[in-house]
Amino acid sequence: MLLDVTDLKKSFSAPDGERTLIVDVPRFSLEAGEQVAVRGASGSGKTTFLNLIAGILQADSGTIVLDGNTITTMSESGRDRVRSKTVGYVFQNFNLLQGYTSLENVMLGMLFGPGVDAKHARALLERVGLSHRMGYRPGQLSIGQQQRVAVARALANRPKLVLADEPTGNLDQRHAGEALALIREVCKENSAALLLVSHDPAILSAFDRSEDLGDLNRAAAAHAAPSAVGGTR
Amino acid sequence: MNLMSLVRRSLRQHALSSFVTIVSVGLAAGLTMSVFAINAQTYDAFTGGKVGFDAVLGARGSQLQLVLNTVFHLETSPGNIPWTLYEEVADDSRVTLAIPYAVGDNYQGYRIVGTTTQMFTDFTYREGEGFVLKPRGRIFDETKKEAIVGYYVAEKLGLSVGSTFSPYHGLQFDEKQRHRDEYTVVAVMEPTNGPSDRVLWIPIEGIYRMSGHILRGTGAVYRPTDDAPVPEEHREVSAVMLKLRNPQAGFLLSNTINNQGKVATLAWPIGRVMAELFERIGWVSRILTMVAYLIVVVAAGSILASIYNTMNERRREFAILRALGARRGTVFSAIVMESTTITALGVLLGYLVYGGILSAAMVIVRAQTGVVLDAFKCDPSLWMTPVGMIILGALAGLVPAFKAYRTDVASNLTPLS
Repeated sequence: MLLDVTDLKKSFSAPDGERTLIVDVPRFSLEAGEQVAVRGASGSGKTTFLNLIAGILQADSGTIVLDGNTITTMSESGRDRVRSKTVGYVFQNFNLLQGYTSLENVMLGMLFGPGVDAKHARALLERVGLSHRMGYRPGQLSIGQQQRVAVARALANRPKLVLADEPTGNLDQRHAGEALALIREVCKENSAALLLVSHDPAILSAFDRSEDLGDLNRAAAAHAAPSAVGGTR
Repeated sequence: MNLMSLVRRSLRQHALSSFVTIVSVGLAAGLTMSVFAINAQTYDAFTGGKVGFDAVLGARGSQLQLVLNTVFHLETSPGNIPWTLYEEVADDSRVTLAIPYAVGDNYQGYRIVGTTTQMFTDFTYREGEGFVLKPRGRIFDETKKEAIVGYYVAEKLGLSVGSTFSPYHGLQFDEKQRHRDEYTVVAVMEPTNGPSDRVLWIPIEGIYRMSGHILRGTGAVYRPTDDAPVPEEHREVSAVMLKLRNPQAGFLLSNTINNQGKVATLAWPIGRVMAELFERIGWVSRILTMVAYLIVVVAAGSILASIYNTMNERRREFAILRALGARRGTVFSAIVMESTTITALGVLLGYLVYGGILSAAMVIVRAQTGVVLDAFKCDPSLWMTPVGMIILGALAGLVPAFKAYRTDVASNLTPLS
């Protein structure tokens, strides 16, 4: 098993000081190479859930075992290390660094992992159809092209798990379909498992396994529209 | 791509503020190195004892004035002493060399010194280094109106062997005070990089016989005439430059002349007399040093401010880097490396600033004193200042680095719109 989540809980303090439980997932697991879509409405704790799995956030309680590493008991730097080696992340807004070219953005993903491999970075960009845009900066690329750079960057360190947070949220329907197909294909080619969260029901239908965060996350059910802390949840 | 690539990119992205900060660090480093180097070099030049003489005998008065007037050709002469005193001290067994020295005239503001040929045959201004004349030059004939011109004077006034000039009375140039006498340049000196480069040397007899000069060696006024020798009792000298057999000789002579005598002053040892001057004006040096330190602190502050001001716009960048696996320590290091790089670049620029300031200082100090500073002379400040500033620059980076270190990843990965 690649990912095993047990009794995971995460809460945040609201401005009035009251703590709000955002994530309460009793059980979730993912096999190596498996592709799973999780549907969740806005504010259902999707991003928080992914950030916990990526080790960006520390859980209040519960266990996350990722590729044999119990990241919930690890120090922050330990989680950083696991993330850089094991996890690729495609953000909803791509989070590309504006001052860097497509190639540099992909190589940046490698900088904190096993090491920079320019040849592999170029191959990834070629694979996502951007061989002619390697020297372009994000501002010089279309939204779809930026998303493809983000996909290439997520796969830069040959991760075992790719997390995708609303990866098609900024694309129109036609491009969304193409982008989704691309993410799934390159994850498969790179033997990476894919955990994709989205609020778009159309996307979920493309996956063999899809889950509803409302069922997975007991906190989401309790809060119809919790206040946002730290971005989309 | 490595951590340095991130630093390079950041410097390029914030090119203007980086440039301004680098310039301010460069100015601070250059100024600081210059203050220390000029202080050290002028102190060495004026107190280092490399003037060739151990002591100066002159009229009763200030030892400092005597040294400044005779060794460095600055200030006015405190007065004259009789020729007999020169002869007395020259015959003293404790004295190995005594050269008389008479001043009172100038040419275009450069001092004319009357002396004997011993100045060019026996005197060494440094260990084993006497005055060297340029090719075609020769030592003046003590009975003729001939002159040997210092290197700097010759260069500035365009004098060469065969040139003629008429001295002007006094140490300040006044065109109304022109003497009728005409002197011929018989030699130009090779540079000594010392005060002697700013002097025109003539026979001491020439000073006595200069038109309009009067002598008071006996206390009574005596006007030399062209056809008669100047009686010894009427002769005077401004000072006598002395080389002594050993330090004990200086101590004994000083005791005899300064403590027991009433007509003359012995400035001994010359280095100590000049050191006293530097001690007296040491506050200027201390203020300059404090100003230099202050500038360094301001430069460090500008590094801090320039990087700190970019922190807000870079929070998202740090969050992305962290999301990609960068440790907190990595982000922290990148910022410290950035401040260190800015300082290092500034320090490199500082060497240029130092070169510029030293070049200007060399021209001014040389013009005023004849002393030539050496911009390339190894001074501890030339490595201590850069190392100190780089450490300070790294420390200045700690505050913004700590802010980057504390960047919350999740909250800064929010959508742009």
